[in-house]
Amino acid sequence: MGKGRYGIHGGQYIPETLMNEVNKLEEAYEFYKKDPAFLEKLDTLLREYAGRPSLLYYAEKMTKDLGGAKIYFKREDLNHTGSHKINNVLGQALLAKKMGKTRIIAETGAGQHGVATATAAALLGLECEIFMGKEDTIRQALNVYRMELLGAKVHAVETGTQTLKDAVNECMREWTKRVDDTLYVLGSVMGPHPFPMIVRDFQSVISREAREQILEKEGKLPDVVMACVGGGSNAMGMFYEFIKDESVQLIGCEAAGHGVHTDKTAATIATGKEGIFHGMKSYFCQDEYGQIAPVYSISAGLDYPGIGPEHANLHDTGRAQYVPVTDEEAVEAFEYIAKTEGIIAAIESSHAVAHLMKIAPTMKKDQIIICCLSGRGDKDVAAIARYRGVDLYE
Amino acid sequence: MSKISEAFSNKKAFIGFLTAGDPSLEKTEEFIVEMEKAGAALIEIGIPFSDPIAEGPVIQEANVRALSAPGGCTTDMVFDMVERVSKKVSVPLVFLTYLNPVFSYGYDRFCKRCKEAGVSGIIIPDMPFEERGELIPFAEKHDVELISLIAPTSEERIQMIAKEAKGYIYVVSSMGVTGIRSEITTDIGEIIANIRKATDTPVAIGFGINTPEQAASYSQMADGVIVGSAIVKIIQEHGVHAGKYVYDYVRSMVDGM
Repeated sequence: MGKGRYGIHGGQYIPETLMNEVNKLEEAYEFYKKDPAFLEKLDTLLREYAGRPSLLYYAEKMTKDLGGAKIYFKREDLNHTGSHKINNVLGQALLAKKMGKTRIIAETGAGQHGVATATAAALLGLECEIFMGKEDTIRQALNVYRMELLGAKVHAVETGTQTLKDAVNECMREWTKRVDDTLYVLGSVMGPHPFPMIVRDFQSVISREAREQILEKEGKLPDVVMACVGGGSNAMGMFYEFIKDESVQLIGCEAAGHGVHTDKTAATIATGKEGIFHGMKSYFCQDEYGQIAPVYSISAGLDYPGIGPEHANLHDTGRAQYVPVTDEEAVEAFEYIAKTEGIIAAIESSHAVAHLMKIAPTMKKDQIIICCLSGRGDKDVAAIARYRGVDLYE
Repeated sequence: MSKISEAFSNKKAFIGFLTAGDPSLEKTEEFIVEMEKAGAALIEIGIPFSDPIAEGPVIQEANVRALSAPGGCTTDMVFDMVERVSKKVSVPLVFLTYLNPVFSYGYDRFCKRCKEAGVSGIIIPDMPFEERGELIPFAEKHDVELISLIAPTSEERIQMIAKEAKGYIYVVSSMGVTGIRSEITTDIGEIIANIRKATDTPVAIGFGINTPEQAASYSQMADGVIVGSAIVKIIQEHGVHAGKYVYDYVRSMVDGM
């Protein structure tokens, strides 16, 4: 069995052309993650540029309105570029520089990872190309222009379902064409080893901060920690430091689209089965012959047929629960948190908020929930308006 | 001597690739017969996959055509077609597909069906050396050879891969994905020299080869050449009528070697 396993999941299922490159990346990462100068540089960027630590915000109005557990939001939406993606991208882009790379490439779904990658490339003086499904370039046109403003070249991927999965395919193909000067900055806790580990490590800053912040504010650990899950990077970052705290329940919220009993869904744990794709063994939405299923969610960032291997293992071991949330529930939550707390949250994050709205009232008043608000929702306003029948285009 | 080794004995092997089910499984059967008639020594048959990450646009589109054909193109349908055609041809048949269709079918069941259908080997571009262990016991049990790939970036990995190689070694000529190339810049001579130090398993070069001149020069260096996209492109252009064009093309390549 190859490297990078989480239970039976993970591994390195990629073409031979990339094997030496992922091995070099692993070697570089293992070295620099212990290098004080590298860590200091990253820490400075996270504080001075990205705006960390992010706030742990007590949502008093929602707590009162829902009438159960105390609700805290980890405000990754307040980071520079508007999502948690910057945490990982700054780390990987710095690593790319250290490895002597001059160009970074990345896939993007909603555009958040693409914007973060383009931002880091601009800051660090790297050439940048982003691969985005054509369907997503339409759903998230504003983010395409944003990436171009930042100096990146955006490729609209027209193969397959023209969404995140196809963007990953094309990015992998591009990487096999050009590895010498290029690092593939993967945006989620997925793909071949060492990516799931690297992305998780860089994102674990979320739970490292949140754990300290909640102990300071409440003097105890939370009862529930939750986040939305597509590939699973904000969730892995939000869960990681709490995994060892067995009293803390971990909940990942998947995009159910029109519902898990329809074929318009992207809920991998609910509807997928064990498979091997995009470099990893994990759960995937697929047909009986192993063809990857066309998935659907209103959220471009969760519209992915797989889930990171460490999540697959947390599911297998029962350490985390994964629940499906429909488009309609997510849109209602999007509207609710805007009206109740004055926060326009990303439609991705709104999936977690929707499940929070279900469980908070069932919990006791002395219990605590921390929910990760992985991104801001400005990018989604036009799409939500259209969902509600308002003819609004960006 | 395995059926695959025989294909390389005493001659340079021309290896043709096509995607099963493009434009239909009946036609794939016919094209395989035509390729053998034209002098192909071994034929690689692609089981279509929804997301073929090692393929360029030509073979990607063939995968889409096969999967979206009326009635579809499932792994079971491909096995049935191969079982029929393997009785008509004597050259070895090798599958090329991605790991998920094989994993989903079940490693043991897949390899068993290969043997029953007359398939001598499997090439899986997304299963590198380090991950082969989970499939090899089943491949060996059912006498199916798992073909290894070596790439321009393999460097010190060459020895490790070559030592364990079965059937033939698929040398990827160029960086990137499959597709027609006018020029190949990799130092293939050096890669092959390194392989020869570790094994006498036959070596075939693929990715980008499409003209008789390229076939001639690469067959000097290796034991065979593999041509995929150029054949798939002919099938794309001529559809159900592609049989004689495939024959003529393979014939011209074989004659060039």
